[in-house]
Amino acid sequence: MRIEVRDNLFDPFAEVSRYQQQHLPAGKYGATAVFVGSMRDFNQGDAVQQMTLEHYPGMTENYLRKIGEEAASRWDIIDSLIIHRVGEIRPDEPIVVVAVWSAHRGDAFEASRYLMEELKARAPFWKKETLHNGSRWVEKNTPAS
Amino acid sequence: MTIAVKFFASLREQVGTGEVELMPEQARSVAEVWSQATADQPMPANTLMAVNMDYVDAAHPVTDGDEVAFFPPVTGG
Repeated sequence: MRIEVRDNLFDPFAEVSRYQQQHLPAGKYGATAVFVGSMRDFNQGDAVQQMTLEHYPGMTENYLRKIGEEAASRWDIIDSLIIHRVGEIRPDEPIVVVAVWSAHRGDAFEASRYLMEELKARAPFWKKETLHNGSRWVEKNTPAS
Repeated sequence: MTIAVKFFASLREQVGTGEVELMPEQARSVAEVWSQATADQPMPANTLMAVNMDYVDAAHPVTDGDEVAFFPPVTGG
């Protein structure tokens, strides 16, 4: 399992590919579930120009790790990767990538969904949006479905 | 030693500081830490609290050397 909080732009698909090549046992995984969250240029009916993502250094990593360990104990997974961006972010840039490797798709899908939903519910990150006429904190998450 | 108090995001802006230190005799619970550190500002209803980087409730005790944090609902991902 790898957990990373980064303050610079990354390519989520290149990260998943590299991690898979370097850390996954060849021939053992049959399913790789990948979720990428990217920044929209709109929210609640307003154009968003930029976003600042703040976190609680230490606690954020602890909770990402805790969530990853929970997923590994609940589902039959081989490995997982979470990278989350902080700092100044522009529309279309990736915010988060979650990847889960498993022998079969069921565990990979369910564990990746769990990681993403628990990350949004418990990992201490906060978004502040820059609009054309000022800025505002995002007060709550969009519902999952 | 002291109790380190941290505020994040909108709460940091509302309280006007990101970090405060209290003497351990000033507060026995997380709720008392908030009162002492904010000069009795009202705590927003949805405030989340952590002691030593684990979520707790307002009644949770604090002891010398603890790090206590207050922040709004989280919005990552």
